[in-house]
Amino acid sequence: MTEIVVISGKGGTGKTSIVASFSYLAGPKAVLADCDVDAADLHLLMQPDFNKGEDFYSGKRSKINPDVCNQCGRCVEICRFHAICATNSHYAVEPLDCEGCGYCSRVCPVNAVIMEDLQVGKWFISTTRLDSIMVHARLGIGTENSGKLVAQVKKEAKRIAEELNRDFVLVDGSPGIGCPVISSLAGSDFAVLITEPTLSGLHDLKRIIELVNQFHIPAGCIINKCDLNPQLSSEIEYLLNRRNISHIANISFDNVFTRAMVNGQTVFEIAHTNVQDILIESWKKIKRITKQKGK
Amino acid sequence: MKIAFTAEETGWDSQMDPRFGRTAYILIYDDVKDELAFIDNRENANAAHGAGPQTAQKLLEISPDILITGNGPGGNSAMLLKKINMKIYTGAGEFCVKEAYQAYQKGELKEF
Amino acid sequence: MKIAIASGKGGTGKTTLATNLACFLGKHRNVVLVDLDVEEPNSGIFIKGDHVCGEDKFKMIPIWQGKCSLCGLCQEVCNFNAILQLANELVIFPNLCHSCYACSELCPDLAIPMAPQKIGELRHSKNNRLSFVEGRLDIGQEHATPLIAQIKKYVSDHFSNDFIQIYDAPPGNSCPVIEAIKNVDLIFLVTEPTPFGLHDLKLAVEIVRKLNKSFGIVINREGIGNNEVLEYCRQEHLPILAKIPDNRHIAELYSRGELVYHAIPEVAQQLFHIEQYLNDYLNEGHP
Repeated sequence: MTEIVVISGKGGTGKTSIVASFSYLAGPKAVLADCDVDAADLHLLMQPDFNKGEDFYSGKRSKINPDVCNQCGRCVEICRFHAICATNSHYAVEPLDCEGCGYCSRVCPVNAVIMEDLQVGKWFISTTRLDSIMVHARLGIGTENSGKLVAQVKKEAKRIAEELNRDFVLVDGSPGIGCPVISSLAGSDFAVLITEPTLSGLHDLKRIIELVNQFHIPAGCIINKCDLNPQLSSEIEYLLNRRNISHIANISFDNVFTRAMVNGQTVFEIAHTNVQDILIESWKKIKRITKQKGK
Repeated sequence: MKIAFTAEETGWDSQMDPRFGRTAYILIYDDVKDELAFIDNRENANAAHGAGPQTAQKLLEISPDILITGNGPGGNSAMLLKKINMKIYTGAGEFCVKEAYQAYQKGELKEF
Repeated sequence: MKIAIASGKGGTGKTTLATNLACFLGKHRNVVLVDLDVEEPNSGIFIKGDHVCGEDKFKMIPIWQGKCSLCGLCQEVCNFNAILQLANELVIFPNLCHSCYACSELCPDLAIPMAPQKIGELRHSKNNRLSFVEGRLDIGQEHATPLIAQIKKYVSDHFSNDFIQIYDAPPGNSCPVIEAIKNVDLIFLVTEPTPFGLHDLKLAVEIVRKLNKSFGIVINREGIGNNEVLEYCRQEHLPILAKIPDNRHIAELYSRGELVYHAIPEVAQQLFHIEQYLNDYLNEGHP
């Protein structure tokens, strides 16, 4: 069973559309893991049925019991996040500002502060319209993005793939370079980097290359919208070569991605274009590379 | 010699867990007494942040000579384990624990 | 006046709007553009100016003095697993620390005073009436929020209220975004007329409503998708402040790190609409 994670550093490069395309090609053989939990979009193309859902807890928040509180103000004194507000002798915690450090609960002389487990989101196991299994999640707004939910989604996807004897786990990774991406990458066999030939894109690509190297995860790159700036595309190809990243494909700017997205479909489900052939070749290449590495 | 493994369950047949910080169990094999014991790490695996160091701390309490795992510990735990010169072998993520041990004995694993 | 430019989704054109709007307005007003996307600050690619100052920025973390009773209370009180008590020493993980001060202030031996640790940098440059302040998080640092808070403080200390302050917010819906937008007067939400754009716009609208902020919508790449975003805005009575047309030339200019409104009159026209909206907003007695 091979785990392939698709990441992009920067948003808007086409990562989610490409994941959906690979999912289409792999069919039920690939269990999908949507780890882009902060702004999950993959479900718009896959139409999962949200069959099984579970609450997800991470971290804590304080809450003051007004019946016990003696208004001594000790909690306000020590809170570094200005999360406790006293209005008309009524002390209350502002949930959006509370970091869950618990300091207030430790200093309250009358034990009026309770630390509550924080439900930060929900995760789901679904069947998609393409008959594949998809594990996905929703993070509540203003909550701290953590690797834990990503780890949960991946763990479930892997468990299901092993149970049902599926060949692949295909991960739509988190953007950026922080904790959630690292969690997306942990334990993966191969990383597909989606980039675009813009200065911003190049800047972010360099940072995620550093990350995949740090975790010794073999990687390949797809340059999307490559004809936007041929000079930068060349620069990227040169960078890939120097950093030992496979160059999987170049895709010219094509509004077929948007047209498909508007229809809630993958690019394979609308009229044939060149993009489809490139994606088919790309998926074949990825399978070949991961097979060679003994998966 | 005591050898630690990151594993998904608790026997020799158990799948190795390729991760360190969020591994469900740590298995310890004492090759002198020929005994396989385990530590339940699931509470740490559940931490929102800082799972790695917590798991490393558990490991430090047992003080194995060698750790066998998949991808290797992340930055924080690696720093901690380096402090005590823990020998870490990676590349065993896809094996079961028994196979991982055999691979180690044959010198097929990579030193971290 | 403080304006934040945000979007639920990455890649919708936040930075394109922020940089072009700032330069457009900066021709005849005092403007400061503040890049709060500290993990990946990209606005600086488009703005050229003379260096005014650079500052290192810090967060406070506990430092073990090397000796204590090893009682373990610090590890017990840390909810973030940032401090471990080993047999002979305390080990602190700065990247996990949230700077709550609990361990330091509750330590019976006072053995872990808080000290500053560098987390990033601030860069301030100027080009006539346009000023630019950028926050950049050091690689390896995981918490953007404390740096964002400090960049905001620098701006409020150095720029008076007659400056139009434009904040380029990070993408997404989590903590750093809240920190970036919670003190502004007005928020522009940038979206694209596609299902992804609409989905993420709804999440962003939820946040700004929760924060009780005035906001308007800017539709980027108009024409590429469908009418659902327009429909949604109409249903929810959300003001649409500008519609930037889909134009490959815009993408090409952006890819080279260039501003777009000089070369593309339709964009300049839309920026003018936004300027008018701002004038009206100010005339109505808003800050």
